[in-house]
Amino acid sequence: MSAKQFSNPVVRWIDHRLPVFSFLDHELHEYPTPKNLNYFWNFGSLAGITLVIMIVTGIVLAMSYTPHVDHAFDSVERIMRDVNHGWLLRYIHMNGASFFFIVVYIHIFRGLYYGSYKAPRELLWMLGVVILLLMMATAFMGYVLPWGQMSFWGATVITNLFSAIPLVGDSIVTLLWGGFSVDNPTLNRFFALHYLMPFLIAGVVILHIIALHRFGSNNPIGIDASGPQDTVPFHPYYTIKDFFGLSVFLSLFAAAVFFFPNFMGHPDNYIPADPMQTPAHIVPEWYFLPFYAILRAVPDKLGGVLAMFGAIAVLFVLPWLDRSPVRSARFRPAFKIFFWLFAIDCVVLGYLGGQPAEGIYVVLSRVATVWYFLHFLVFLPLLSVFETPRPLPQSISSPVLGGGAALAGAAANAAKEKV
Amino acid sequence: MAKTLSKSSAGKSPADKNAPENPGRRDFIVVASYAMGAVGAAAFAWPVINQMNPAADTLALASIEVDVSKISEGQSITIKWRGKPVFIRHRTAAEIAAADEVDLAGLRDPETDEGRVARPEFLVVLGVCTHLGCVPLGQKVGEVRGEYDGWFCPCHGSHYDSSGRIRKGPAPTNLEVPPYEFTSDAVIRIG
Ligand code: HEM
Ligand code: FES
Repeated sequence: MSAKQFSNPVVRWIDHRLPVFSFLDHELHEYPTPKNLNYFWNFGSLAGITLVIMIVTGIVLAMSYTPHVDHAFDSVERIMRDVNHGWLLRYIHMNGASFFFIVVYIHIFRGLYYGSYKAPRELLWMLGVVILLLMMATAFMGYVLPWGQMSFWGATVITNLFSAIPLVGDSIVTLLWGGFSVDNPTLNRFFALHYLMPFLIAGVVILHIIALHRFGSNNPIGIDASGPQDTVPFHPYYTIKDFFGLSVFLSLFAAAVFFFPNFMGHPDNYIPADPMQTPAHIVPEWYFLPFYAILRAVPDKLGGVLAMFGAIAVLFVLPWLDRSPVRSARFRPAFKIFFWLFAIDCVVLGYLGGQPAEGIYVVLSRVATVWYFLHFLVFLPLLSVFETPRPLPQSISSPVLGGGAALAGAAANAAKEKV
Repeated sequence: MAKTLSKSSAGKSPADKNAPENPGRRDFIVVASYAMGAVGAAAFAWPVINQMNPAADTLALASIEVDVSKISEGQSITIKWRGKPVFIRHRTAAEIAAADEVDLAGLRDPETDEGRVARPEFLVVLGVCTHLGCVPLGQKVGEVRGEYDGWFCPCHGSHYDSSGRIRKGPAPTNLEVPPYEFTSDAVIRIG
C-alpha cells in the first residue's frame, strides 16, 4: 500500500500514524476494477449493506425483546404495537432476512454463471459458502425468537436433524436443547447465538473482501484484465453504479416492508408456540425450501440429513469439479444449458419443499434431488472434458471497442509495455 | 520453525553460552509447551460447552402421576411430561388384537406389542415422532390415524400402528415408551 499525500493536514497527520485513509483510498477509490461489469456485480455490495441493516435493526429490537418462553411472543407483539416505530424495525428485520437471501442467492448464481469460483478465486468462493452457512444458522435461530408455532416446530425439526448422527446424535441434540425438548434454555441460547453470529459473518466478509482484492473482480467475459486499459478506478465509476443499484433495491425492500410485510412469512407464526400440537403443515422459511425438499426426498433419516448438508458441502469443492479453464458461461455453450437447467432445478426444489411430502411431490423431489447432485458430480466434470468452448476475446477491451480482437490485443500489449 | 528458533537463540543469548547445541531438547520444550497449551485450552473448553447440557433443575423435573381409570375404552389422552406430549390410549380389544397379529419380520423396528405395554389395555408412548420430533395426529376424535390405525405424522408422512410401531414413512424407530409403572389399579407414574 503506497502512502498517499492527502491535502487536508489533519488527515495527513492521522494517516501518517494510522494509515486508514490510505487503506480506504487504495481499496475503494483507486482500486482498479474491470470496466465491463454488469449489474450482477451489484449484489456483493448489496449483501454487505443488508448485513449492516440487519445488525442495526437487530440490536434495537434486542432492546425490547425478552428471550423467555413465557414472554418472547408477547414481547414481539409489544414491539409491533407499543414500542415507538417497533413495527417498522421488526418488519425491516423480518423482511431484511428474506431480502438478504434473495441478494445472496443472486450473488451466488452470478458466480456460478461467470465461473467466479475458478482459480485464483477458490478461497474467495469457499469463504462465500462459509458466509452462506453462517447466514442460514443465523436466520434459523432468529426465526425461533418470536416463539410462534413455526418458530417452535421449525426449531424442533431442525435440531432433531442432528439425532440422525450415529451414536452421539442424541447427546448432541440434548446439548443443543439444554433439556429434553425445545424449551426455555433453547430459546435463551438461540438468542445469545443469534446476536453473536452476524458479527462472525462480518468477520468472514472482511476475509472475503481481502481475498477479492487480491486478484480483483471477475467479469462477464471471465478473462483477466490485461492492463489499465481494461479497468477503471472503483470510485466514482462503481460507487455510483452500486448506489444506483442500491436505490432500486431499497425501493423494492421498502415496498415489501410497507405494503406486504407478511407476504414471505407464514401466518402460523402469529400463533404462540404450543409444544403439544404440531401445525398440520409445517414449512421452513422460503429460503430453506430447496434444502428441505432434498431432506425429504430421501426415504432414510440419516441419508436425508446427509443429502441436505451434502447439497451445500458440494459447493465447497466446486472449483475442483468444474475443471474447464474457461470461466464465463458466455463462451461455454453446453455449460450454459446445464446452468439454466440447474437454476430451474433449484426453483423446482424450492416449490416442492413447500408442498406436502406425499404422492407425486415425493417422486418429483427425488428426480430434482438426483439432478442437483448429478449437475455437480457428473455433468460439470464431464463438461470440462468434452465441451469445446467458443474462442475467447483477446482482452476485456476488444469486444467493447469492437475494433477486432487483433487490434485491441495489440493496443493492450502496447499499453502493457508502457506501464 | 522450531529448529531455526533453537539455533538462532542458542547462539545469541549469553546465558545460553554453556547450553549444549541440542536442537532435540529445544524441540521437546517447544512441543511440550504447545501440548500444555492445548491441554489447558481443552480443559477450559469443556465447561464452556458442557454448560449447554441440561441444568440440574431441568434434570430434576419430577415424574408425574396420571389417573387412567377416567379414560374410556377407545379414548386417548395427551399429557405433558418433561416438556413433551405423552399419549395414553385405552385400546379396544380389536386394536390390541390387531397389534398382536402383526408379523414381526415385516417391521422396521421389530418389537412385540406385549413388550411395549405394562397392561395391554393401556398403551403409553411419547407423542414425539422418531423422525424429526413432530407430534403425530390421531389423538383426537376425527383426526387421521394413518394407514395402520395408530398415528400419522403430518410433517413428513410417518405412519404408526396401534402399538405405536413405525410402519411406513421416514421415521426410523417406534414411538418411544417412557419409563412408567402402575402404582395402583388406576394410577400410573411416568418417569
Ligand atoms: C445476519 C444477520 C441477521 C439475520 C439474517 C437475522 C434474521 C432474523 C430473523 C429471520 C428473525 C425472525 C423475524 C420474525 O419472523 O419475527 C429475527 C429476529 C430477531 N433478531 Fe435477527 N437477524 C440478523 C441479525 C440480528 C442481530 C445482529 C441482532 C442483534 C441482537 C438480531 C436480533 C433479533 C431479535 C431481537 C429478533 C426477535 C424479534 C423479531 O422476531 O422480530 N438479529 N432475525
Ligand atoms: S417428524 Fe414425523 S415424519 Fe418427520
